[in-house]
Amino acid sequence: MACFTRPELKIERVSYDVMTPSAARGILEAIHWKPAIRWIVDAIHVLEPIRYQSIRRNEVGHKAPAAKIKSAMKRGDLAGLQLLADEDRQQRASTVLVRPCYIIEAHFVLTARAGPDDNEGKHLDIFNRRASRGQCFHQPCLGTREFAAGFELIPPDQPLPKAISETRDFGFMLWDIDHQARGRPSLFFRAVMEDGIVRVPEPGSEEIRR
Amino acid sequence: MTVLSNRYDFALVFEVINGNPNGDPDAGNLPRLDPETNKGLVSDVSLKRKIRNYVDLAHGGTDGHHIYVEEGAILNEKHRQAYKALRPEEAKLDKAAKLNPKDDHEAIRLRDFMCGNFFDVRTFGAVMSTGINCGQVKGPVQMSFARSVEPIMPLEVSITRMAATNEAEKKQKAEGDDSSQRVDNRTMGRKHIVPYGLYVAHGFVSAKFAERTGFSENDLELLWEALSNMFEHDRSAARGEMAVRKLIVFKHQNALGNAPAHKLFELVKIGRNIDGVFRDVDDKGIGNTPPARKFADYMVEIDQANCPTGIEILELL
Repeated sequence: MACFTRPELKIERVSYDVMTPSAARGILEAIHWKPAIRWIVDAIHVLEPIRYQSIRRNEVGHKAPAAKIKSAMKRGDLAGLQLLADEDRQQRASTVLVRPCYIIEAHFVLTARAGPDDNEGKHLDIFNRRASRGQCFHQPCLGTREFAAGFELIPPDQPLPKAISETRDFGFMLWDIDHQARGRPSLFFRAVMEDGIVRVPEPGSEEIRR
Repeated sequence: MTVLSNRYDFALVFEVINGNPNGDPDAGNLPRLDPETNKGLVSDVSLKRKIRNYVDLAHGGTDGHHIYVEEGAILNEKHRQAYKALRPEEAKLDKAAKLNPKDDHEAIRLRDFMCGNFFDVRTFGAVMSTGINCGQVKGPVQMSFARSVEPIMPLEVSITRMAATNEAEKKQKAEGDDSSQRVDNRTMGRKHIVPYGLYVAHGFVSAKFAERTGFSENDLELLWEALSNMFEHDRSAARGEMAVRKLIVFKHQNALGNAPAHKLFELVKIGRNIDGVFRDVDDKGIGNTPPARKFADYMVEIDQANCPTGIEILELL
């Protein structure tokens, strides 16, 4: 299962029809990432039909307030630093994807933080080594952490598994979140699936809207 | 505090007998079902809740084992009194406290304080409104939904209670009843049970995230202990008999791992035990066998022969 939550439907989570480029980036970064590189997703192949299921769960309504943690630190005791799960309960439904399977096509570029001993070959080798052995920094997930992602590297000499033969317009979809800018705005693009493949525009291209 | 240097993946096999392992609020508290396969589900958060409760019971209130997301009573009120005895009133809440820490450095200090004191923050992570990197602490332990090995068949059991809740209900009952013989105040209720279900949950422990939150080898031992005993202290009218039957841990040689997790989970094969012979649950030939009603109706085999190099299989249960 997977849940790539739509930003407009966050309370009762509803997943996008396909993996977002930002979720794909997260999966790649779970396998290998350094500040010296930046992953750029080129395309997402959809290998399984798009189906949904609904799950309702008990969730807690609040986050840990920083101010309370601060005052507890000052005092040196933990009084009042609890979250009572059964008094702060919200039942929320999530509409999630069933049995998703994707191919991520991506490349990376070196960033301004790359040092003299960072080169593309090195990072590509590390990534390929890890992905083919199933190594990862942490287990990647399909949108949320309860839906763990299994991953395999498709070597260059192997044919790609066939994507579903369906063409669909998904409308505006989250491309990624601009973590560099103030307020971390979300960026969107018009996601169109052609024969099971969603092409993702390059960063900075005309198609990406704020 | 020795920090983890190995990645772990684990498979947890547990059973339920005549109970409801995890109700679905969308379906009137029926056991959760995957509507496409009729296999039972138990949500990740339900299992995490039990781990928290166990740790709270076993080590409640000792340093570093507090539980942030608590259920019910606050045991720490007792500790507060101890503190108050030690120090005369200094717990003044700073009214003008800012909602966000001043800078990254302070955010990290707050995070470390939370990770150091609270087992569940250190293990599963927590979302804190520290405004830095969305203030999220990602914990090293990640769990997935548990799924039953075979389709389950929930039963609805109607029960009666021989008392009314209040006077009004008693009156209503009496008025709505045509028979002159009615003297008791019975109320009908419903329970949903799964006669038998064997569930498998998968989990992951990332050594790299453990470094960040300070999740240590001791914490890992406690996690295994909690996973093994989590149902022993979760008895209730709804749960029936639940027990962890197997805890199979795959220990990788290094922090990043030596094999894909899904490959490892495939080594654990669970089939039906038909006269001492292992038969796959999808085997068409076992269609006429009666449904499983005890753990002995299943066989759990671990394919040691195909175990990838660098993986150590630990059967903790």
